[in-house]
Amino acid sequence: MSSYIGQSVKRLEDKRFLTGKGHYTDDIILPQQTYAYIIRSPYAHARIVKIDISAAESAKGVVAIFKGKEIADEGIAGVPCGWQVDFKNGETMKEPPHPLLVVDKVRHLGDGVVVVIAESKAEARDAAELVEIEYDVLEAVIDPKKAAQAGAPLVHEDCPNNMCFDWELGNPKADVDAAMGKAHHVTSLEFVNQRVIPNAMEPRAAIGDYQVATDKYTLYTSSQNPHLIRLLMCAFVLGIPEHKVRVVSPDVGGGFGSKIFHYAEEALMIWCSRKLERPVKWTSDRSEAFLTDAHGRDHVTEAKMGFDADGKIMALRVNTYANLGAYLSTFAPAVPTYLHGTLMQGLYTTPLINIDVTATFTHTTAVDAYRGAGRPEATYLLERMFDLAALEMNVDPAELRFKNFIPAFDGVEQEGYQTQVALQYDSGDYEPVLKRALEMVGYDKFRAEQAAQSNGKLLGIGFSTYIEACGIAPSAVVGALGARAGLYESAQVRVQPTGKVSVFTGSHSHGQGHETTFAQVVADKMGIPLEDVDIVHGDSDSVAFGMGTYGSRSLAVGGSAIVKSIEKVLEKGAKIAAHLLEANPDDLDYAEGKWTVKGTDKSVGFGDVSLTAYVPHNYPEGLEPGLDFSSFYDPANFTYPFGAHIAIVEIDKETGKVDLKRFIAVDDVGNVINPMIVDGQIHGGLAQGIGQALFEGAIYDDTGQLINGSYMDYCMPRADDLPSFEIDRTVTPCPHNPLGVKGAGEAGCIGSTPAVVNAVVDALWKGGFKVKDVAMPMTSQRVWTAMQSETV
Amino acid sequence: MIPSTFEYKKASSVDEAISLLTEDAKLLAGGHSLIPAMKLRLNQPSSLIDISDIDALKGISDGGDHVLIGAAATHADIAHSALVKGACSMISDGAEQIGDIQVRNKGTIGGSLAHADPAADWPALVIAADAIIVMQGASGSREVAAASFFTGFYETALAENEIITAIKIPKLTTGSSSTYVKFSQPASRFAIVGCAVVKNMDEAGEVGNIKVAITGVSEKAYRDHAVEDELMGQPLNQDVINAAASKAASRVDVMSDHYASQEYRKHLASVYVKKALQNLI
Ligand SMILES: Cc1cc2nc3c(=O)[nH]c(=O)nc-3n(C[C@H](O)[C@H](O)[C@H](O)COP(=O)(O)OP(=O)(O)OC[C@H]3O[C@@H](n4cnc5c(N)ncnc54)[C@H](O)[C@@H]3O)c2cc1C
Repeated sequence: MSSYIGQSVKRLEDKRFLTGKGHYTDDIILPQQTYAYIIRSPYAHARIVKIDISAAESAKGVVAIFKGKEIADEGIAGVPCGWQVDFKNGETMKEPPHPLLVVDKVRHLGDGVVVVIAESKAEARDAAELVEIEYDVLEAVIDPKKAAQAGAPLVHEDCPNNMCFDWELGNPKADVDAAMGKAHHVTSLEFVNQRVIPNAMEPRAAIGDYQVATDKYTLYTSSQNPHLIRLLMCAFVLGIPEHKVRVVSPDVGGGFGSKIFHYAEEALMIWCSRKLERPVKWTSDRSEAFLTDAHGRDHVTEAKMGFDADGKIMALRVNTYANLGAYLSTFAPAVPTYLHGTLMQGLYTTPLINIDVTATFTHTTAVDAYRGAGRPEATYLLERMFDLAALEMNVDPAELRFKNFIPAFDGVEQEGYQTQVALQYDSGDYEPVLKRALEMVGYDKFRAEQAAQSNGKLLGIGFSTYIEACGIAPSAVVGALGARAGLYESAQVRVQPTGKVSVFTGSHSHGQGHETTFAQVVADKMGIPLEDVDIVHGDSDSVAFGMGTYGSRSLAVGGSAIVKSIEKVLEKGAKIAAHLLEANPDDLDYAEGKWTVKGTDKSVGFGDVSLTAYVPHNYPEGLEPGLDFSSFYDPANFTYPFGAHIAIVEIDKETGKVDLKRFIAVDDVGNVINPMIVDGQIHGGLAQGIGQALFEGAIYDDTGQLINGSYMDYCMPRADDLPSFEIDRTVTPCPHNPLGVKGAGEAGCIGSTPAVVNAVVDALWKGGFKVKDVAMPMTSQRVWTAMQSETV
Repeated sequence: MIPSTFEYKKASSVDEAISLLTEDAKLLAGGHSLIPAMKLRLNQPSSLIDISDIDALKGISDGGDHVLIGAAATHADIAHSALVKGACSMISDGAEQIGDIQVRNKGTIGGSLAHADPAADWPALVIAADAIIVMQGASGSREVAAASFFTGFYETALAENEIITAIKIPKLTTGSSSTYVKFSQPASRFAIVGCAVVKNMDEAGEVGNIKVAITGVSEKAYRDHAVEDELMGQPLNQDVINAAASKAASRVDVMSDHYASQEYRKHLASVYVKKALQNLI
């Protein structure tokens, strides 16, 4: 009786979003509210010589002006990091303070220096103009590899060579190198996985509201995980009592990872509000978002992949420099390590793998998880190497993959697949996704067309077969790997006396459509109409606890917690029903919203049972009234979605302009609750991944100025840049969670990027330009330049 | 993104606008160049004089041998004008290639010309069209040929207290044709190279008169005489076009930025001159 699961139910939340009735943090206006403007550093690295606020203080509407020193004087060090990755030699990770406002030195363009609070936003902005700050500008370092070299300017005096940590995973280097030495062919590549800027549609915003009369604090913030923000802010930043603090994340207009983290502005607003005993609101403008939202990627990598004469991979060796920016953002250390190094197995049987990561500080905006977080970088590396190896060895890239795929395993009859890099894959069947994608693309026909092409354009095809680790994550496992938090999820299913159901989830929806997908699960499992379910999220006062939404974890972890609570509700409901039916609970069946005595037509409905639970006149002895259960679900393993993406591009030989002609994606995200929503997630992810390949990328100059910090220069992918996507799915259920789901939020973004780059390199190669790489974003200039220098 | 304080005045006539145009004041037309600059506080005028509702500045009319476009006509007005299309098709085609729908619906030809962004489309279009820019100040009205209107990087012949009132686009004569081609910067969609060409063939089937104007390449839009010289008196065939195109941007200082180096931009200029000329064969 599955009437909702598997259906493309239209999104229940869209009514408010599409009619302009969404309610975001900046829409909230509290009585007595004041407005903050943060004066930010115009330099990447400078000593603050003097700050003069005298003129600003007396400006119209100014309520208060605070500097970093006043905060530091109260013993507040700054925002913490949530993950610890120690050096290879056992030394503790370097964790320099990340102050709410800097005290004596700015370390990246946009570092917060002074906060001006006024009666209106405009007055705060005008007064800020009157604050005089004198800087002594210092040399900056931008590149993560250069940062580690001797003599590079230091971001933090006590972090020699700008090192945060170094890290290694996999088989011993000597073994990997020995195998590489025996390889028939070694493909090697040096490349940059460039820095991208998340650009959520809604810029970040935060309101701190301290009420003296009740001694309670409320933080409204545009965040992906309000409870985690509360925990970090109370326990590690401000030392205020958690039970007196409420954190609300109302409607949030996209995050893509950038709103996972606890930002300085959140704690700053609470701190200011307590000082002023008035609410203080800060809303980032777009220019500020470019400079202060945590960025993504930024790896400089060298890799080698060795093959035997048969085309089987023998070994993989990787060396990556990961840019962490100027400060450690909440999950930053995990991204290049446990979300990246652990994915080096890919879909392949590679027997020997070693990855070495050096994480450095630079005078740039902090880098942290961005849609896919580490897994796109890993996929980019593997898949670029694969297509390049195929070109170099003159074999078919699809064939080369079929030869190396891990054989199918369901995780039930056959065990999970143990990788060389710590993870054990849950279930997988990799050939069908690539076969289906080849069928959709019409591979043989395409190759014939490509060979015949003669219109001044170069046609190319690129592949990417990826795996990702989602459903983040088993707490004990991540704890052992340095996480300072558990990664379970909580859910409360509260049946109201009338049989209507309120579900409180610790997952947070900021575009994913949880209010629909979760309601479908609840309605189905409980046999009640969809309209009878309400999904509540994003408020620490109503939701018991939550770890939030990222790492494609909401349905796999948050959904599983909901299922656990539903089971408890139905178990207790059965006891009440049995009492009403004068039967034994074991003799009852539950279906379509009612309990029926097996083999009879005696039944009682869910609504009657709910009412009885709250009006317990005729009630089982010893049973508590009420029908309301909470659960925590800690996953047994990560989930491992996978898929095959194929890009077809055409290059204009004269200009180098790349035209993405087709994009085919066959993904396996396990069971699907709402196909339309999953399609939407895939589409959005593809656009983002293709965006990185062709358009996006932060450009810093040598002094640390962001050259393209606006939409006039930073190119986001637009609808007319993209073809109509051709997508399909296979279904390999997750064996270890009750819904069999794996997660779909990041897949598109993880798989697509290398497919596009591979297609461009293929086009160039087949056109006689044997280039190994075109740096992303592959602007027409870069592609054109590649055609000038590497002619055969 | 909050501009500094300014006064807002709405002018109902050109004369009123001119009288309000004091030292720190700025004219506001579509606001699509001015407002972003004000929000970033790169531009902090003390007052804005809104000219977008002055009827006299908005129309597009037939002036006999030319079409008269009011300075406050929007890019969209021009793109959709049958009169303009009939008179000189590249003008309406070019207007259609500016920015996106929102930009075209708000931005005006007068605002774009006054702003004189080196990557804007209008400068190349009006130069190739041999348009006349009509300006009015306190002391009366004057006309300047488009080719001498742009004087430098964001600089024009417009005096402090002058307002552009109209643009006269000559109608193409028989035997003439026009085209505009553009290679867009992917983020802003301004021109990295925009090439506007009006050509006239003589009775012998050779190029009798040709104007090739290029925007995006140098500090201001310019007539590329190096290209024109190669074409004059020649038949318009592929060899002639190739030879002419190879001379593109050879007599100007070529700009460079992160999207297009000098070398690449110069190359693109050649490619786009070629494309434009091919359109006219
Ligand atoms: C996202 C975006 C994309 C764009 N893409 C393109 C593009 O592809 N190609 C392109 O060419 N342009 C592009 N533009 C610029 C756009 O065309 C602007 O509209 C135009 O440059 C300015 O016209 P406006 O009417 O908006 O002028 P405003 O912004 O109102 O004014 C600009 C300047 O001109 C002055 N001014 C205005 N009218 C007059 C007048 N009649 N007389 C004298 N001075 C006057 C103002 O005082 C001001 O200094 C883009 C703009 C945006 C925001």
